[in-house]
Amino acid sequence: MSGGVQLENANPVIFQRSVERLLTASEEDEDVHDPIDDREIFDLIRSINDPEHPLSLEELNVLEQVRVKVNDAESTVSVEFTPTIPHCSMATLIGLSIKVKLLRSLPDRFKIDVRITPGTHASEDAVNKQLADKERVAAALENSSLLEVVNQCLSTRRI
Amino acid sequence: MAAVSPLLLSLVEEFVSGLQDSKAKEAAKGVKDGQFTMLQLVEALGVSLTSSQPHTRARGVQLLSEVLQENYAELTEREVEVLTAFYENRLKDHYVVTPSVLRGLQELTKCTTLPPGSAVSMLRSVFQDVHVQSLMLAERACIYNMLINLMETREAELKGLGADFVFGFVQSMDGERDPRNLLLAFQIAKNIVLQGYNLGKFTEELFEVTSCYYPIDFTPPPNDPHGITKEELILGLRAVLTGTPKFAEFLLPLLIEKLDSDVQSAKLDSLQTLAACMSQYESKDLAEFLEGLWASLRREVFQTSSEKMESAALAALAALTSCLSRSVLSSDSEDTLSTFLDLILRDCKHHLSEPDLKLVWPSAKLLQASCSASNRASYVITAAIMPSLIKQFNSRTQCSHRRTLLEVVQRFIQSVNTSQSSDIDESVFSEYRAALCSMVFSALSESNSSLQITAASVLNSLAQQTGLLLDSDIQLAVDHLTRLLLAEEDERVSSAVVDCAGALAEQHPAAFITKLIPRLKEELFSDTESFELRYHPAVHRRCLAALAAVSIQPSVVQESSPVLLDVLSSAHSGSTRFSVDEVVLACRSLQRIAEQVKDTEEAGQCFHDVIIPRLLSLALQAALQNEGPSGPCSPLTKEEVLSAMVPVISTACSRLQPTLAGQTVLRVVSLFLDGDVSFLPDNAFPSHIQLLKQQQGMKASWSQSQLVCLLMACVCSLPRNVEVPQMERLLSQLEELSCSCSHLLSYSSAAKCFAGLINKRPQGESLDSSIQRTMQRVCSELDCPSSPVRTQVFTLMIWVAKALLLRYHPLFSILTDKLFSLLGDPDLGPMAAASFSLLMSDTEDILNRRCHANMRIMYRQRFFSENSAKLVQGFNAAPQEKKPNYLKALSNIITKLPKQVQVSELPALLSLLLEALTCPDQGVQLSTLSCLEPVLLNPPPVLIQQLEALISRLLALVCSPAMKIRITSIRCIHALSQFPVHEVLPFRARVLRALAQPLDDRKRLVRREAVQARGEWFLLGSPVGR
Repeated sequence: MSGGVQLENANPVIFQRSVERLLTASEEDEDVHDPIDDREIFDLIRSINDPEHPLSLEELNVLEQVRVKVNDAESTVSVEFTPTIPHCSMATLIGLSIKVKLLRSLPDRFKIDVRITPGTHASEDAVNKQLADKERVAAALENSSLLEVVNQCLSTRRI
Repeated sequence: MAAVSPLLLSLVEEFVSGLQDSKAKEAAKGVKDGQFTMLQLVEALGVSLTSSQPHTRARGVQLLSEVLQENYAELTEREVEVLTAFYENRLKDHYVVTPSVLRGLQELTKCTTLPPGSAVSMLRSVFQDVHVQSLMLAERACIYNMLINLMETREAELKGLGADFVFGFVQSMDGERDPRNLLLAFQIAKNIVLQGYNLGKFTEELFEVTSCYYPIDFTPPPNDPHGITKEELILGLRAVLTGTPKFAEFLLPLLIEKLDSDVQSAKLDSLQTLAACMSQYESKDLAEFLEGLWASLRREVFQTSSEKMESAALAALAALTSCLSRSVLSSDSEDTLSTFLDLILRDCKHHLSEPDLKLVWPSAKLLQASCSASNRASYVITAAIMPSLIKQFNSRTQCSHRRTLLEVVQRFIQSVNTSQSSDIDESVFSEYRAALCSMVFSALSESNSSLQITAASVLNSLAQQTGLLLDSDIQLAVDHLTRLLLAEEDERVSSAVVDCAGALAEQHPAAFITKLIPRLKEELFSDTESFELRYHPAVHRRCLAALAAVSIQPSVVQESSPVLLDVLSSAHSGSTRFSVDEVVLACRSLQRIAEQVKDTEEAGQCFHDVIIPRLLSLALQAALQNEGPSGPCSPLTKEEVLSAMVPVISTACSRLQPTLAGQTVLRVVSLFLDGDVSFLPDNAFPSHIQLLKQQQGMKASWSQSQLVCLLMACVCSLPRNVEVPQMERLLSQLEELSCSCSHLLSYSSAAKCFAGLINKRPQGESLDSSIQRTMQRVCSELDCPSSPVRTQVFTLMIWVAKALLLRYHPLFSILTDKLFSLLGDPDLGPMAAASFSLLMSDTEDILNRRCHANMRIMYRQRFFSENSAKLVQGFNAAPQEKKPNYLKALSNIITKLPKQVQVSELPALLSLLLEALTCPDQGVQLSTLSCLEPVLLNPPPVLIQQLEALISRLLALVCSPAMKIRITSIRCIHALSQFPVHEVLPFRARVLRALAQPLDDRKRLVRREAVQARGEWFLLGSPVGR
């Protein structure tokens, strides 16, 4: 982070991380089928890094488990995220990161829907439209500098 | 003048005109051996040194210098003086002569007989006649080495040169580019600043000529033979720059500038350099830069990019504050420390009142770093911070806010802990003691579990502040802890409470003896009539854990151990219904006490007189009762209970003082051999107990014979200077028991006990003969396929093998050969393969360091290097159906090898391991994968050559029917993503495609691994990934 640049929101509210999912006996049992559930999807995306802060989207409350829905049988996932401030210029980038992470981590059969929590961002519709447009997402990922920023959000933090 | 010998003349001739370099060595040897003198050599050289050809003169000087190199130590003062004058003069000669002249001068600087004044004149001529930077690398190094030599021996003379010396050096190193020479130059510069040479008006020049390399950016070329690292250069330069406060006015602006840059490594280096220079500086050097430094440090913590940077910034701030605290105040100057602390408080304090915002922690860390720097700083900071924290804690209602505040307070307490020296009796927090205690107690009374956990650890930190808490506070604290122990259901809270109780009891045992232990005892043995209503297994569990945790001081142990022993005896008598699990937990608690109790006579006596005899007595009573006609089986005959008693006795015996240990072992051995029960309490035992003899025809004779594990616990864990009585008799009875008994715990314990004794027995005839006797018996039983005791005998053999392997006994090799031959045995083959894991790993109960076993270092490597070839040979020769045994044995060995050995030995075994991955046996697949996984984290080059084979085998396993194999193989693939990018990038598409399938696996654990691995492989090739 460079010296002079001022962040849009330098002192955001921090939320607590949820505890790791507890291992159950049925998960260790070879014969039981574990369906993909909301918590599993949430675990996939909660540790995505914020583009500005060294914090995860969960810690900034951009993602909450109640806003993550999955239907394993019908192969649909829907995620709503909440930008920290209504004019956040990073909203599209955050949405794109969530979408890419899910595309990489879920089987092909799933239809993935990522959108902004209604009423939390000034240009909600425009961002939602961008994120829903398959071709624009694909085109964005062709852009190598954009892909690099997305990868940065998705990389596990190395200390 | 002595005649010059013809031999010398011919040597000189051949060197100078014949260009035979080897002749220099001969000449040097001749001078060394006294065949000819230095003077004679110079005379013989006369013609060449005065030749009109510069190349001839250069050869002449070269010969002289090379001879000097071998003989500088024997020169007289007069010779040195003449030679110095000669060489100084030669500096003015043709440039081809200069390299040899410099080499000669370098040798002369090593002479102890260097006459006074020569050093100065030598340097003057060098600085005057030579332009250092236009010389070659090696000649420049010569000059630096001269300076280093002279600075070591002629410091006073060089200082006499004044600032000219520094100027000369600055001129010589200006523009140096080779890292090898830079290291030398930095060393000289460091000596100049540290040894107080007069810098005169050249301070800034010296700073400029060195600081131009800052920050060091150097990547050694691949296959660099000189082995110079960036780290060495950084440390070398840092020592120069931070060496003197005179550089402060130049260095600090430079550091601030680098801190404001975007280059992470430069920032980190600046922070570390800043911290380093604080040991030399005083407040007046810093005064004008404080604002700038603070702004940069604050930014690094507030908007940190990594924890490394943050901790470096905090360390620099702490160093800065402690530097300011050190300086002596004069009446007219302002107090820079308080100015600086005001600055920190101005920027940080208000963030502490917003406990849910991001900046609360960075602010708290900055304040704590300065707080930890000095006593004075901690008074100023706490006085400014604590009242507001306490006030906020009391006024806030949200638990998460209160917890954050409490955590901040705890960090302050801890930061002061580290800084306070022992000679200050009053704690910084005395003023806030009452308020802090009431904060902690009110948080402990809340129902929010994370608040309680934090409060428990704050209490712990408070107790570490010597003399802070009053007795009344401790009493109250013990009440709270007791209440929570008995009532709190949450596991995390109770374990925090148990930890806190342990820490408090170490400092203040009295309150725990009078209050906590009696209360816990009451709870454990509470009225049995209302049993069903009151019975809470979790409460019992916590009571047992707490009893162990508080027993660190011997005085507490004397109170707590009888309670635990009472649990065992009442479980035995059946009066209270303690479950087997609780009995095991009671044993674990006793074990923990044995491990952690302070090593004193008092504690040893307690174990010797009370605990060990009572345990043995209870176990024996239970065994005898079990053989009687009726009655329920006592829980103390259960295998898990006995196995829990073993570590109690062995830990206690291993820590006993030698005299007490001697007495204990005497009693225990006579109990087992002769049935001597006189030392046991509650003595109502029949006479003629024979614990080590098989009693034919009696019901449940195993309940007596299994007690041999307690004998093992005692005799195998003694310090090696304690002698075991009746050794021969003991060994033969143990051997008999282990070869004839059919009860698993009995025969395996007897075998272990035998092995433990063999391991510690002194080298000699009697040891060898007893081993040989046993081996004969073992081999003859094993060779007879119909023998009913083959398993027992095999167990004995493996333990004896282990005992001998550890001490490098020569007879071990016979046992290994036997073991290898058993790998092909139809019955014992799988067992033999599994036993390699036992040979290579550390065992819990015996034959380990804690039990004072006779262990040589690196026994694993030795075993591996002696036997791996045999194993590979055996594998190749074995028929197809026996091969899995060999592979299993191999992976058992490799898994346990230390990492460095694994990496170095892997090349030879890699093909075998790859073969094992395709072996259909799932057990082999799994053990091979788990052996590969750690190796992959730091891959040897040979593995990279086999990448294609490795990846295709691993990808084949990600759809294996066994969940564990799927998980481990995906983990291995994950590890592959960290290989050098150019090696693995070609496989990216293939791996991503193959990993798509486990994303839809039916097991969540597999999916999780697949997601992580696939994510990493996606990042491959992108600059942020790697």
